[in-house]
Amino acid sequence: MTNETLVTGWDALRRPRFLLTLWPWRAAAHLLSTVVVASVVAPVAMFIALPWLLVVIGFTERGQVALLLVGSGLFAGAAMVLLLGPLLAAPLAMFERLRLRLIDDRPVPAIRQFRQGGSLAVTVWRWYADPATWREVGYAAWLLVVGPLLAMLIGGLAMVAGVLAVSPALIALDGGAISLGLGTVDTPLAALPYSVVGVLLIPFLAYLTTVLVAGFGTVSRALLHTPAEQVWAELTEVSQSRARLADTYAAERRQLERDLHDGAQQRLVSLTLQLGMARHDLPADSPAATAIEGAHEQAKELLTEFRDLVLGIYPKVLGDLGLPAALRTVADRATVPVRVDAVLSERLPRQLEETGYFVVSEALTNVAKHSGATAAEVRVARTPGLVTLEVRDDGRGGADPAGGSGLVGLADRTAVVGGRILLSSPPGGPTVIRAELPCPE
Amino acid sequence: MSRVVIAEDSVLLREGLVGLLERFGFEVVAAVGDADELRKAVSTHRPDLVVTDIRMPPGSSDEGLRAAVELRRECPDLPVVVLSQYVEQSYAADLLDSGSGRGVGYLLKDRVVDVAEFAEALRRVAGGDCVVDPEVVRQLLRRAEDPVARLSAREREVLALLAEGRSNAAIARQLVVSEAAVGKHVGNILAKLELPPDEDSHRRVRAVLAYLRAPRP
Repeated sequence: MTNETLVTGWDALRRPRFLLTLWPWRAAAHLLSTVVVASVVAPVAMFIALPWLLVVIGFTERGQVALLLVGSGLFAGAAMVLLLGPLLAAPLAMFERLRLRLIDDRPVPAIRQFRQGGSLAVTVWRWYADPATWREVGYAAWLLVVGPLLAMLIGGLAMVAGVLAVSPALIALDGGAISLGLGTVDTPLAALPYSVVGVLLIPFLAYLTTVLVAGFGTVSRALLHTPAEQVWAELTEVSQSRARLADTYAAERRQLERDLHDGAQQRLVSLTLQLGMARHDLPADSPAATAIEGAHEQAKELLTEFRDLVLGIYPKVLGDLGLPAALRTVADRATVPVRVDAVLSERLPRQLEETGYFVVSEALTNVAKHSGATAAEVRVARTPGLVTLEVRDDGRGGADPAGGSGLVGLADRTAVVGGRILLSSPPGGPTVIRAELPCPE
Repeated sequence: MSRVVIAEDSVLLREGLVGLLERFGFEVVAAVGDADELRKAVSTHRPDLVVTDIRMPPGSSDEGLRAAVELRRECPDLPVVVLSQYVEQSYAADLLDSGSGRGVGYLLKDRVVDVAEFAEALRRVAGGDCVVDPEVVRQLLRRAEDPVARLSAREREVLALLAEGRSNAAIARQLVVSEAAVGKHVGNILAKLELPPDEDSHRRVRAVLAYLRAPRP
């Protein structure tokens, strides 16, 4: 037996040495255990479906049942199935996922997360409302109906094969004639063909069992599998972690801006001021005059540069006055005329303001660098649950996220707050970048 | 000699301002570090001029401005110059609307490093003029579209100086033209912008700034 990746019964069936592997035995084991499990579960299921059973019995016994009884029976049955079904199905499903390993090597992930927050009643409601819960109930029904059927089929065939195979021995031991399907046989020799057929049936049975059980397993997996929830759970953790990280960066930036502003920037202003005074006081013909003048001019330029730098780290106006005012300052500093249409009735949460600001700022930088535009427009609007920011320019278009123009960075920034970026940039323009950020009411 | 109260929370800058003002012949009667101190100092000393930072403790982003507006409510002619970190049009408007509309100045903090010009601006405000930082005006002009676009280049120069609060005579000196020429330009400008003709430079400034600030369709 080679050690390739045999993952499910289906894979095993394709191998030429299938009969020599463990798989037929695994399938048989699964089938037998199905019978066991079904017989354990059946009494409970019958209890839950009792009203319905009574209705059916009533019909078969009496031929007709009063409409009222039928109605109430159906209704009661439905109620019991709805309420109690999941309670039975959930532990069953947990056990069955393990048992599925007999025929399917892949584990069945089944991490269910119901968002915390909310009382017990809310959590229970969410559990009942989750489709995966009802798929588990569906699995229970599947198990109880199809499991025994399969077992009977395979069991019956196995019996036939067995009897045929040992028929010569039976005749020899028993002495009398036995009927074997097509006719009666009374000598061991005459039974030999039947015996051969019986023996040949056995490998066929192995294949058949594996096929049927593998099929059963595929359906079971589909019913027991909850991939969406598992991925959802992981994604939630990842996105929460990312949001925390972005928050940390933003807080660091704000702190850095504060430190720079309160420290170095103040000293720079004071220094420039002193140079200005010295420049003013020095007589024009003094040898130091030119030098001081030069120093003063340099200091003024440094002051401007420094302010712009600190502004790039974090714009004070954003924190003080909010997004519309900050966007107007960005627009003013742009190299092309930018119209700003941003009227918000109230401040947005800080993370959204920061994201919106940097998205527009980056977009306008792109306009200046790549677009060849003569004018641009920034529009901010708020609708229930959403804030949209749009930057439109009349440039040459053809913006490509893969072109390294920072568009991917914009998408990342908006993704952190749960938003998204849309881009329309046909060659020839115009280009529109649109950010949609979810915003609580 | 003008008696001045200075309010600035950064110690270095405060001391620098005190030095600057005293060098240019002002008498600094008080130099404080927050808005409450400012109010107290003004009521105690009754200065001729107040110079204050917009952003000051105790509170939020515009304590200094709010104190200034309050002070002018009590004493409408009190000349006030506010120093701002960044251009914010609404601050300029609030200031110009306060008190009597005369004797206000809105300057960016960086202006103080050009000491002579700064002192001159203070003197003008103390004398009752309005002074608006050229950077503020520049931004406003950028934002406005037509009909400012309809003005000639020269007219736009005059408009900028108008918005800074200069009188016709000052504009004439700056642009090296005759005062009559300036008067003609101003008349044209006001007409093109559909503003009422007004000799009073304070009202002119407010009208022009209000016009430039108004959102365009």
